[in-house]
Amino acid sequence: MHYIHSNDIIQPTLGKMVVDAPYVAEYRKPGQFIILRIDECGERMPLTISDADKTKGTITLFYQIVGTTTKKLAGMKAGERVKDIVGPLGHPTEVEKYGTVVCIGGGIGIAPLYPISKGMKEAGNKVINILGARAGNLFILEDEMSRIGDDNIVCTDDGSRGKKGFVTDMLRDVMAAEQVDLVVAIGPVPMMKAVSMQTKEKGIKTYVSLNSVMIDGTGMCGGCRVTVGGETKFTCVDGPEFDGHLVDFDNLGSRLKTYHVEEKESYTTYNHKCKLDGAVGDEC
Amino acid sequence: MNAKTPRQKMPEQRPEDRKRNFDEVPLGYTPEVAVVEAGRCLQCKKPLCVEGCPVSINIPGFIKEIAEKNFIGAIKVIKESSSLPAVCGRVCPQESQCEAKCILGKKFEPVAIGKLEGFVADYEREVEHLPAPVPGVKKDKKVAIIGSGPAGLTVAGELANAGYSVTVFEALHTPGGVLVYGIPEFRLPKKIVTYEIDALAALGVEFVINRIVGLSESLGDIMKRFDAAFVATGAGLPSFLNIPGEELQGVYSANEYLTRVNLMKAYKFPEYDTPVIRGNSMAVFGAGNVAMDSARTAVRLGCDEVHLIYRRSRDEMPARAEESHHAEEEGVIFDLLTNPVRLLGDENGRLCGVECVKMELGEPDDSGRRRPVEIKGSEFIIKIDAAIVAIGNGSNPILQKTAPDLKCNKWGNIIADETTMKTSVKGVFAGGDIVTGAATVIEAMGAGRKAAKGMIDYLESGSW
Ligand SMILES: Cc1cc2nc3c(=O)[nH]c(=O)nc-3n(C[C@H](O)[C@H](O)[C@H](O)COP(=O)(O)OP(=O)(O)OC[C@H]3O[C@@H](n4cnc5c(N)ncnc54)[C@H](O)[C@@H]3O)c2cc1C
Ligand code: SF4
Ligand code: FES
Repeated sequence: MHYIHSNDIIQPTLGKMVVDAPYVAEYRKPGQFIILRIDECGERMPLTISDADKTKGTITLFYQIVGTTTKKLAGMKAGERVKDIVGPLGHPTEVEKYGTVVCIGGGIGIAPLYPISKGMKEAGNKVINILGARAGNLFILEDEMSRIGDDNIVCTDDGSRGKKGFVTDMLRDVMAAEQVDLVVAIGPVPMMKAVSMQTKEKGIKTYVSLNSVMIDGTGMCGGCRVTVGGETKFTCVDGPEFDGHLVDFDNLGSRLKTYHVEEKESYTTYNHKCKLDGAVGDEC
Repeated sequence: MNAKTPRQKMPEQRPEDRKRNFDEVPLGYTPEVAVVEAGRCLQCKKPLCVEGCPVSINIPGFIKEIAEKNFIGAIKVIKESSSLPAVCGRVCPQESQCEAKCILGKKFEPVAIGKLEGFVADYEREVEHLPAPVPGVKKDKKVAIIGSGPAGLTVAGELANAGYSVTVFEALHTPGGVLVYGIPEFRLPKKIVTYEIDALAALGVEFVINRIVGLSESLGDIMKRFDAAFVATGAGLPSFLNIPGEELQGVYSANEYLTRVNLMKAYKFPEYDTPVIRGNSMAVFGAGNVAMDSARTAVRLGCDEVHLIYRRSRDEMPARAEESHHAEEEGVIFDLLTNPVRLLGDENGRLCGVECVKMELGEPDDSGRRRPVEIKGSEFIIKIDAAIVAIGNGSNPILQKTAPDLKCNKWGNIIADETTMKTSVKGVFAGGDIVTGAATVIEAMGAGRKAAKGMIDYLESGSW
């Protein structure tokens, strides 16, 4: 069981949790993730590790409130406990000196990007952060990121904060202005796809971090499989980072929709149950 | 009573009932019936059945106790050689092991050894508990066990009994290995596995769940803290068909499908949060136990038409006879001598069909089985909305990746001595599916018993 130190809803659809996980805090490296299960009835949900405190033995997680599991997570309070956390999982990011590294985060993708950006800076790179969101009130970790970057660009679809436009527009300007050696892009699938197409033309190496459907996280089930360069890879053990120029994003996007119907059913049942007993069932 | 008494039938849930539930199919012998069945045993001087048992259980010995209505005496005899009788009584392929050899089988039907084993184990669990074993004198040596399937659990029990302090590391959130994530509830109720694990915990075995050895901490790191280790990480790397369309929504490996349903309890969705596709028409590729378990699970989840697609003929099907029989009774359609060539998707990337080709048997191949060859022009399409690939498992490489000194064969299976289960690394033993490749529960348990002996020898003598 993992004690929750804090759990704040920082935006209408975004939560931030600081929770005990000493083993994860001890060993985690940028780019890695955990799998969490709230309670006996919960599903196993992968979440990237945004930050960790070795001495306190805690990790920081951000989660988008989109379905039953994340809504349940949002309903948990400091002092309560999460049943299971396993990790750190996946390959760490290859943090080394590349030269100029552009770190692009879209929405909640900024959370996993944060330790990578920090690692890249510490490794002696020039770091340019590009952070994008639909609207100005949807940013996370903006201050933290701006302390890292040699340059920090913020943009929104509607222009309500920073520059108006997509992260791809910002990247185009950066690439026009200077030599870029590596791009790391984390965010919604269409964003990662668009960035990868852009950098492929210029031949700039690009890492993306994939959020496939997962269960075990050990390579046992194959549910997280993605097509990379025509080969089948398991996101949990071969990834989560892959060469963006080789990833079949359309297939990833499609597989992520596998349970759309079931997710709706689950969410309706959950909301109904909440209304009925004012709380979630006994066992779960 | 004598050999001419017919083999006692196991009462079972009727197919039309059990198709809609996840309760166990056989209902179990009553004590009266068990005594009658035990009375059929000839108490052979040279019992052939024992030769057929991978762990050489004293079969006539325990059957005699049952015949004399001493059920607790019977379980004691079994426990001398087997640590998980309630499990083995249910899932062992007795028809190709002990019961295949039973002398009665030559003229009549063999004694129902497996059913009797299950009966006494259930009796012990539900009616009259054996007194908890008293662990041996506490030893100041620590042992790590990596993986909590039947191999790991066996070693844990033996070493805890011998007085060692035992820690089991398990990657998943529940110990038990394939017994909890793979084999379905209707064949092996999970309460049986829980009972065994609780007994180990009561013996002082420490379970560290949610810990994958080889990712952050390597086997080498573990060996700094423990005096010996047993690696029993199983065969958990699903094989795929490598045909077009396998990336579509609705295509599962059997591991994923069964894990969703068994470990994550998707059959109770939406009460449990993990979903699984409940198709109207599904295909399962393969014909082993894993394929039968998948097909029978799909039936129970309400799928009207479940096709089991296998490229060879009925004679070559690797599943236990009882399992394929049960599957057919439950309405699973066997499409034999049929091979999938391509999975078809709709405009949303969702699986909607499978193109198959008919096969015929040609010349025998290396395995001695007649090789299936395609019949040209026989392609046809089955409409399906989900598919389960159950064609086997390789060895999971996570632990080996960060243990370079641990010698493996070309398939990634750890190489271990056949009698002591010693690996190439001092203090490290291995057994179960990670050594043999996907095999059986009883073989994993047998390897565990050998390893336990090897480990105790090593820990006592210090010599490798
Ligand atoms: C669906 C299905 C049906 C089957 N039916 C039968 C049957 O009817 N009869 C029969 O005899 N056999 C059957 N088998 C085979 C049998 O279950 C296996 O042979 C047996 O479980 C192997 O035992 P094991 O202890 O070697 O490994 P497993 O049971 O595979 O357990 C290995 C455990 O190790 C854990 N692990 C793996 N890597 C790590 C790591 N790095 N760190 C920590 N933990 C790790 C895994 O999570 C798992 O829990 C079936 C198998 C399946 C999949
Ligand atoms: S071979 Fe059959 S009859 Fe002989 S001891 Fe074994 S179970 Fe009894
Ligand atoms: S999550 Fe099961 S193999 Fe990756």
